[in-house]
Amino acid sequence: MSAVLELRDAAKSFTMHLQGGLRLPVVAGVDFSVGAGQCVVLTGPSGAGKSSILKMIFGNYRCDDGQVLVHHGGTTTDLARAEPRRILGLRKTVIGYVSQFLRAVPRVPALDVVAEPVMAEPAARAQARAQAAALLHRLAIPERLWGVPPVTFSGGEQQRVNIARGFLPEWPILLLDEPTASLDAANRATVVELIAEKKRLGAAIVAIVHDDEVRRAVADIVIDVTRFSPAA
Amino acid sequence: MSDTPDERPLLAAQGLSKRYGGQLGCRDVSFELYPGEVLAIVGESGSGKTTLLQLLSAQLAADDGRVLYRTRDGVMRDLALLGEAERRFLFRTDWGYVHQDPALGLRMAVSAGGNVGERLMAVGWRHYGEIRHAAADWLDRVEIDRARIDDPPRTYSGGMRQRLQIARNLVTTPRLVFMDEPTGGLDASVQARLLDLLRGLVGELGLAVLIVTHDLAVARLLSHRIMVMKGGEVIEHGLTDQVLDDPHEAYTQLLVSSILPA
Repeated sequence: MSAVLELRDAAKSFTMHLQGGLRLPVVAGVDFSVGAGQCVVLTGPSGAGKSSILKMIFGNYRCDDGQVLVHHGGTTTDLARAEPRRILGLRKTVIGYVSQFLRAVPRVPALDVVAEPVMAEPAARAQARAQAAALLHRLAIPERLWGVPPVTFSGGEQQRVNIARGFLPEWPILLLDEPTASLDAANRATVVELIAEKKRLGAAIVAIVHDDEVRRAVADIVIDVTRFSPAA
Repeated sequence: MSDTPDERPLLAAQGLSKRYGGQLGCRDVSFELYPGEVLAIVGESGSGKTTLLQLLSAQLAADDGRVLYRTRDGVMRDLALLGEAERRFLFRTDWGYVHQDPALGLRMAVSAGGNVGERLMAVGWRHYGEIRHAAADWLDRVEIDRARIDDPPRTYSGGMRQRLQIARNLVTTPRLVFMDEPTGGLDASVQARLLDLLRGLVGELGLAVLIVTHDLAVARLLSHRIMVMKGGEVIEHGLTDQVLDDPHEAYTQLLVSSILPA
């Protein structure tokens, strides 16, 4: 199987200028690849750098070293070196990221929060909303909330809106940061199903999952990130 | 921006510098702005943000460097070499300029419809009914009650004035809009509404925007890229969430860490 996403010897540290230039190494020598239809689950204790690795892949953390290669449409892009415009282009069509918390925009109703990534074309709006509605329904968000901005939702409801938003587009690469953390058993099962569907569609997935049962259900490869600990 | 973005920039700044007497306005600023791209210029008061915006919009002459702009014929033109009439034409047709103080961008004693319609007349619209109709449409789009079309903006609230200024600027479908602290001085709830409106319009119209703000939340919500200025220089420049989530320079780290969580 050919890799869709490849990390080669990637490293990340923070230099905290406000703390007298304190340097905090986060990860080093991060090296793994993900093929189409494959789910890599990152494990390790809190603070080991799991979320940092996802952010290095998505491009909101800059790598000090190494490469983050995305193979798509016959071209290879190194996200660690790519121009901002190139990264934004890939985020529109290639790389999706479900963060731990929904960054809700005031006044935008839940349905449009979910539909937004696939609503670029005005002609596609009705269809995008219909797909968003179906996904919200599957994730047990009651219809009376669809027209309401999610700012006032509970943590679990916000997370499900976030998941719907992340799973609606057909992204070839999907990054999931604890997608089931605050969900009940029924919704956890739905998310497991959604991940399985994405894999069947050929998505390359990197996920952080704490729940053992969920991890067993979705993981093809488990990587303990303590092996990328810069001290080791 | 699509996956295959337009490869030609709309505007390019090359080594721009400006001094006021002995004092530095800004130094050696270079960047490119592409169609549909929103670039936020952030930094504290006095960091040179507004000077830079004025240089970029040809309201101020640079001591050094130049600004190139791609006119609708596809040619990159040096703004300093354009005649006054050509520059004015750009301002009327291709550009918008949203001031922090709406009173600077509006005619306060003229009706709202007149404020919006004036820009259309400047680009050759003559039919009164059509102008009024277009103005009313734009009042709708910026969420101002059509019934207020004949009222002058001095009778409007601050948030309404700012929305009217935006309508006046966007009615001629410019390709590039300059914004100088567009949400400054507004209440939080009014700000949120304005931001949401701007975000929608910018995406829908595919506008390129240069926005000066000291509010990082505004930059996060609206912009694709950020330039951080300090003492007249650009000290950090990159993808918006990269600069805000992983700031490298001491000053940017200070700015980011100074935000009070809501």
